[in-house]
Amino acid sequence: MADPIAPSVGVAAPVATATGIVKIFGEARALDGVDLAVVPGKVTGLVGPDGAGKTTLIRVLAGLMASDEGAVSILEGPPAERLDAIGYMPQRFGLYEDLTVRENLVLYAEMRGLPREAQESVFRRLLEFTDLARFQARPAGKLSGGMKQKLGLACALVSTPPLLLLDEPGVGVDPISRRELWAMVAELTREGIGVLWSTAYLDEAELCDTVYLLSEGRMLFTGPPAELTGAIHNRVIRVTGFAERRREALTRALDRPDVIDGTLQGRAIRLLIGEGEKVPDAAALDMGPDTQVTPTPARFEDGFIERLGGGPEGTSALAAAYREIPASDAPAIEAKGLTKRFGEFTAAQDVSFTVPRGHIFGLLGPNGAGKSTTFKMLCGLLTPSEGSGSVAGYDLRRAAARARSSLGYMAQKFSLYGDLSVAQNLDFFAGAYDLSGAEAREAIARVTEIFELGAHLKRNAGTLPLGFKQRLALACAVMHEPPVLFLDEPTSGVDPVMRREFWTHINGLVRRGVTVLVTTHFMDEAEYCDDVTLIYRARQIASGPPDSLKAQAARLTGKDDPTMEDAFIALIEASDADGEAEEAA
Amino acid sequence: MSEPATDPLPDPSIARAQASGSTGSAGGSSHRRLLALIVKEYAQIRRDPSTFLIAFAMPLLLLFLFGYAISLDPRETRVALVVQDDSAPAARLAQAYVHSPYFDVTPLNAVIPARALMEEGAIHGFVVIPPDFGRSVARGAPRPIQIVTDGTQPNQATFIASYAEGVRLNWMASEMAMRAGEARATGMGPPIDVSQRMWFNPGLQSRYFLVPGAIAIVMTMIGTLLTALVVAREWERGTMEALLATPMRMIEFILSKVLPYFLLGMGSMALCTVIAVTAFGLPFRGSIFALFAIAAAFLLPALGLGLFISAGTRNQFVASQVALLASFLPTFLLSGFIFEIGSMPWPIQALTYAVPARYLIPALQTVFMAGDIWPIILPNILIMLGFGLLFFILCFRATRRSLD
Repeated sequence: MADPIAPSVGVAAPVATATGIVKIFGEARALDGVDLAVVPGKVTGLVGPDGAGKTTLIRVLAGLMASDEGAVSILEGPPAERLDAIGYMPQRFGLYEDLTVRENLVLYAEMRGLPREAQESVFRRLLEFTDLARFQARPAGKLSGGMKQKLGLACALVSTPPLLLLDEPGVGVDPISRRELWAMVAELTREGIGVLWSTAYLDEAELCDTVYLLSEGRMLFTGPPAELTGAIHNRVIRVTGFAERRREALTRALDRPDVIDGTLQGRAIRLLIGEGEKVPDAAALDMGPDTQVTPTPARFEDGFIERLGGGPEGTSALAAAYREIPASDAPAIEAKGLTKRFGEFTAAQDVSFTVPRGHIFGLLGPNGAGKSTTFKMLCGLLTPSEGSGSVAGYDLRRAAARARSSLGYMAQKFSLYGDLSVAQNLDFFAGAYDLSGAEAREAIARVTEIFELGAHLKRNAGTLPLGFKQRLALACAVMHEPPVLFLDEPTSGVDPVMRREFWTHINGLVRRGVTVLVTTHFMDEAEYCDDVTLIYRARQIASGPPDSLKAQAARLTGKDDPTMEDAFIALIEASDADGEAEEAA
Repeated sequence: MSEPATDPLPDPSIARAQASGSTGSAGGSSHRRLLALIVKEYAQIRRDPSTFLIAFAMPLLLLFLFGYAISLDPRETRVALVVQDDSAPAARLAQAYVHSPYFDVTPLNAVIPARALMEEGAIHGFVVIPPDFGRSVARGAPRPIQIVTDGTQPNQATFIASYAEGVRLNWMASEMAMRAGEARATGMGPPIDVSQRMWFNPGLQSRYFLVPGAIAIVMTMIGTLLTALVVAREWERGTMEALLATPMRMIEFILSKVLPYFLLGMGSMALCTVIAVTAFGLPFRGSIFALFAIAAAFLLPALGLGLFISAGTRNQFVASQVALLASFLPTFLLSGFIFEIGSMPWPIQALTYAVPARYLIPALQTVFMAGDIWPIILPNILIMLGFGLLFFILCFRATRRSLD
């Protein structure tokens, strides 16, 4: 077998190599024969969904875990003897929250034996680099997520290691901080440091020099990201011209044999055509007279889907079995001036929107901006300090219980009972949503069949693969056929095929008249929304269909065809500029 | 290079150690890392209000509870006295009850109201001096008196019964003495005179043995519970992972937990002792050296157990539960400071030998009440050191430098 890590000509010897790594936890093979090399002066991406084995591989490289098979070498030695060559930032940054920024730096400098006479200049450089100089005396626990991430990076860098391991540094951090971090890492690579960046965000893969795509403990792809997208570059198309019927159009497109994947992109749909198939033109797609087909650049995610064997069909079995939600003049979800104050602190300020029946509405914003607070007020879990809201026509102040019973709720990370079996979880949620004996049995049988849970009924929910957890969580939320669905970051971290499957169901339900409210900081999910509102520092700073937010961003930045993430960043920066102008006035 | 004075290091000790520390290899020297970890631990202790509460507020609370609020001595228990005889001996017995410091007596002349008071809970027992009592005494065969107690509170009932009986026995003795006085006048010999003296704790005050118990509890909390919690916290918050990725050795980590909490435990023990002696008037008949030797010998197993627990659990909630079960409860129940070991059934007695606090209590009580009696103190210290060694060996075996 040829060496999978064929080094290109002129590249320096790797700072870290792993060959044939196998790591077994109980029965599960977390890593199953994995090879990887980190080259100096480059960003090597370790990309894959949650549970793929990224953290395990990084821990093996950092000398924190022993592999069952295979060899690891850091600067041509075993990791345990090269600890001072490794800078490591764990997922939660490894900061002492009750120590100040400076005390954290001093601790790690001392632990890594940075000569004392060098410390002052190193700290000054790192604090400047991370823009934390002003916050030296602040306890790490009182920093924002983005600032914690930068401090974690600074702590991993105190001894200027030749190898930097970053375990999902972008998780839970807003896109602006994420971009700043990328800029910093780019600067580090210019100094010759070899960086391993692990991530579940596939868009980050495109920024890496070399990508290792990990899925279920195996490498699906190794090489520069352009190599993966290059193989499909002429097979991705963007189809427009059916604004109001785009969900229907996507369903029909996905049901075609030549289309292996498709997503909504605002008013357009984006399709990936199977290998060897002829790329269809507007006439072949047969979606109406205004249909236009334009080729569009392939993304890393398209390549991943192709490697995984394509996405699901477009028709949702769940939607087919779902009741038709009756039409109504009243909006399905309404927020009027929702405000929540906790003491002096305002978590949400005057949030207003209406969502008509059969629409998807997205609450976007960085962590801590007020998304969850707004969401919880609409669920009836928090009483608003001011303002009012309604769900399915029930006022939250007067009929909170009825409002709650007409919504299905899928929480972040699925909030299933991990110690109960799949069947027990289904029974429990059927009871929690007030389904009586016969109804409950029927509902459970229906979702078991639709989500193919039959083989797993006796298994504990906590031990299910991520994709089945997601199916089970959705099954529990829709068993009582609610007219309204609330989804809290429903697909972050899951692989793109599972994400497609999930949105296929949601699209199907929406066509049945179900109304959906999504909170997310994941820009892909925003593209599925009819309307979004961007919440930042407790206020709505922009609202409208994704396309119009992108148009606003294009005006602000002068960039044509910005992504949703570009729009997000541009709008937040504009809001910050306004805030500063106001303060100055 | 020279540094501007406006950039102070967080701790001057780091600056002091600079000259010696900078000669270390690229991986850093062990004592520099240990010092940095201890400085970190100190900063955390200083800023964490819960550590401060456990180390300084809790000892004060416990001392107050054991010193004032909880007392195992019965005082002024409310009882009724039903006197159905008007003879002189009966009156003298009734007087004896009224004057007893242990009883707050309500005199009655019938049993029925006494029963009513019992049912209301206004009294916890009553004593009935039956009719003809005086005459039976004169006959030389006194009728028994009746002592009725409220069995819903068994401890108090036992105390009332035995103290009431004690009062009667005292009365009997004085009656006999009176008769003996009369008899001496008629040429008969004096009866045997028994006089009781309690050594070391003449008033038999329970706070004298409860306060050393409080010190044992406090040192257990700091040594085992707090240590188990702070190590588990490092695992839970992911800081352990970051530390393990540095060249730190496990011995450095363990020492960085042992040293600060050892000092904290000793400080807290000293605070307890000062308060016990000054505010509660406990005698302190031994030497300070002996006290510190005993406390140090106890803190070793306490710390070792705490570290062992956290090495196994890595989770604050589980660590606290295990620490409560494995150290706090045995210290409370099986060390002999509240419940006398001698009166426990033998399997439980056997179990007490596995509780390090069992050896601390007698040693502490000796230092407070009797003095430096080394034949008692020294074996206890040695046994505690033995437990300490055992727990530290277990702890090192359980601690691996790995996340597996």
